[in-house]
Amino acid sequence: MLTLNINGEEKQLDVTDDMPILWALRDVAQMTGTKFGCGMAQCGACTVHLDGQPIRSCVTPISAAVGKKITTIEHMNSDPVGQVVQDAWQELDVVQCGFCQSGQIMAATALLSQNKSPTDADIDAAMNGNICRCGTYPRIRAAIHHAAKKLA
Amino acid sequence: MGNIKNISRRQFLKATAFIAGGLVIAFTIPQAKRFMSKSPASNADGATFAPNAFLHIGSDDTITVLLAHSEMGQSIWTTLPMLIAEELDVELERIRIEHAPPAPVYAHTAYGLQITGGSTTTWSEFDRYRQAGAMSRTLLVMAAANRLGVSPEQCRTENGMVIVGDQRFTYGELADEAAKLEAPSEVPLRDPSEWKIIGKATKRLDSREKIDGSAVFGQDIQFDGLKIAVVSRSPYFGGKLKSYDDSEAKKIPGVIKVVQVPTGVAVVADNFWAAKRGRDALNIEWDAGPNANLDSDQMFADFRKMAAEKGAIAAAAGEPDNVLDQASKVIEAEYAVPYLAHSPMEPLNCTVRISKDSCEIWTGTQAPGLEQAAAAAILGIDPEKVKVHTPFLGGGFGRRGNPDTDFVSEATHVAKAAGMPVKTIWTREDDIKGAYYRPMNLHQVKIGLDEAGNPLVWRHTCVGQSIMTGTPFEEYMIKDGVDATSVEGLADSPYVKATPHHLVDLHTPKIDIPVLWWRSVGHSQNAFIVESLIDEMAHAAGRDPVEYRRQLLKEHPRHLAALNLAAEKAGWGKPLPAGIFRGVAVHESFGSYVAEVAEVSVANGEVKVHRVVCAIDCGLVVNPESLVAQMESGIAFGLSAALTGKISLKDGKIEQSNFNDYQVLRISQMPKVEVHIVPSTDKMGGAGEPATPPIAPAVTNAIFAATGKRIRTLPIADQLA
Repeated sequence: MLTLNINGEEKQLDVTDDMPILWALRDVAQMTGTKFGCGMAQCGACTVHLDGQPIRSCVTPISAAVGKKITTIEHMNSDPVGQVVQDAWQELDVVQCGFCQSGQIMAATALLSQNKSPTDADIDAAMNGNICRCGTYPRIRAAIHHAAKKLA
Repeated sequence: MGNIKNISRRQFLKATAFIAGGLVIAFTIPQAKRFMSKSPASNADGATFAPNAFLHIGSDDTITVLLAHSEMGQSIWTTLPMLIAEELDVELERIRIEHAPPAPVYAHTAYGLQITGGSTTTWSEFDRYRQAGAMSRTLLVMAAANRLGVSPEQCRTENGMVIVGDQRFTYGELADEAAKLEAPSEVPLRDPSEWKIIGKATKRLDSREKIDGSAVFGQDIQFDGLKIAVVSRSPYFGGKLKSYDDSEAKKIPGVIKVVQVPTGVAVVADNFWAAKRGRDALNIEWDAGPNANLDSDQMFADFRKMAAEKGAIAAAAGEPDNVLDQASKVIEAEYAVPYLAHSPMEPLNCTVRISKDSCEIWTGTQAPGLEQAAAAAILGIDPEKVKVHTPFLGGGFGRRGNPDTDFVSEATHVAKAAGMPVKTIWTREDDIKGAYYRPMNLHQVKIGLDEAGNPLVWRHTCVGQSIMTGTPFEEYMIKDGVDATSVEGLADSPYVKATPHHLVDLHTPKIDIPVLWWRSVGHSQNAFIVESLIDEMAHAAGRDPVEYRRQLLKEHPRHLAALNLAAEKAGWGKPLPAGIFRGVAVHESFGSYVAEVAEVSVANGEVKVHRVVCAIDCGLVVNPESLVAQMESGIAFGLSAALTGKISLKDGKIEQSNFNDYQVLRISQMPKVEVHIVPSTDKMGGAGEPATPPIAPAVTNAIFAATGKRIRTLPIADQLA
């Protein structure tokens, strides 16, 4: 049994130390907003924040999160930057199938939390680990710029 | 999927009955009241007015639209409700949306089978969904008129209300009364001049839930008692399980059971991680079977040998065998494309809960009726006893509409063998190694030009597996040994047809690697090959690639309109910054005409695509916003494959495994995309696929302009490196 801080709440999860954060969230805490896409940190669908930093939860063992704060897509409604990012996503009609978008939003929110006016090169660097097979990339880029303007 | 709209319904039903294992999928015309008794949403709260299977209005004023098609990114979750809202007179935002369960009434109006594919949803439902809205509105008006003893002509509707003089009734208030009325056999649809919603750029209705993590995909299905399984499958196609030792797997905490299923060995556990670790701990011996030596290079060599012989004839005119020596110039070329995996972002999965004499399935599928029939056959129960729920699809691209029902059949076997409800999850490796690929193809071509540089003779031999063999569409899509999808966009190409002497023939090798429609199907390779050849011809003739196409397409106004618009918006012929070069392609697929101009630079063996200008004529556009999104999407999908997409075999095994070695497009590689819509009232075409075919040749033609190197084999990365 591990004690974890998930979206600001202390939770006791019955998990083995080596279980990736992704599966602890999905299968044990039953929070399914964070997605499984590749299992080897290649696609970014599983992106969550650990103490504010974007990480790939599919390869990060849950033991690494003990004593730290896990933040997931379910918390973005109450994150000041996350809210703006989500609204920008909706305004620019970014999503298609939607499966990668939790990870995209977590990555974009982490970027904008640290960099208030990212350049295209900054966006490439921060978002290149997040695959979208529907090809929503142009709208993701535009939505990040749009959110940056709103946050300025 | 291919162009199968001309299948005769009667013929089609026969085939479906056969393929679906005894299930006759009847086609029924929706009529008011007829389906009320079995209306799938009738268990919704409140008494329900269900004038047809597509729309329900509750006495609590809820308005629910049931989608006969699956939302997998293409935005039919918005487009189909728009059609109903237009006729029903209700705000779009008020409509609740659900995927319909499998039922005959939801059969595709052209295919006769409940399936999402072929870029057909919008045009095939354009009348049916508008009719559903209009019929409901008519009945609601009749109910109000009856209540007040006035004629329906004295009533009007607005924003979900019937208004008579100064009295207003919500649709919900009238629902019970409307449900009792006999529907007229036909109701008039609104004149396009009155449309308020159709044609208006409309934002998606599924946006919010997909950006706050609450949208439910198949992967997200959860309920008490549900277990997770991963399956170990043969690494060889056609391989068989010899023996397995699960003693180590069973020691993994959380592993519950290890069961054998027809496709391999399933580890059932409390959670995915335990199931995956359990699978890793299995000790399995496979009988490699007859395909242990399959090798892509060898397969291409075999294809080359086949191409030396004449194949089944797909198109022929004149004397293609005799006039080549009259040509002033001859182009001889071999083109090749590899297998491709669809790799939707959501790995395949299927949840199955079997009860005493029934079964429930949750899976992201493009063909719920086929899944239902397959599960029923496995369980030996009536299809009606199998309830299929379709959550959102985390991408499909054809992979989730498999007539073999591979992932649903397997998951049904797993749940049956385990004796408990199970969600079977594929890993990304399972997805990439698990087949149902776009077939690899090799084409050999000889084209002779006349003195003016125009095509005189075109001989084109194709070698590639058939997608339609073994599907419900086989009987109608394969004629005289030619699978129409193998040669679509080629045998019917306006360029080939305009060549006085031509021959397109096809060899269809039988290989034990399952193949399947992959976004844009045969067009995915044929547009690349045909539009590259046209570029080769223009170059050989010393002509501008756009001007050359214009001349060959002069009898094809919709091709021309798309080509001209894209060329104009791209500034074709105008100077570009140093190091940037243009390429163009135009192609018709799924009833839509798309031209794309790509701007690229090439440096250090790498191509960078900076900008793509796209023009489409798809006839009437219901939602320009989603049309533009689909153009962007189709371009990204095609560009991904063109740049790096390759599935290959060595020693019988797939060489790729995950996104590290099956590389797909990332944001840094995505060009700017500009989409222009040709104003058109022509016949409606599709949107989901037609942007994919032209991008590969637009890019490779630009690479030729940049470097003089003609890319005849995909992916590009292998050729420039």
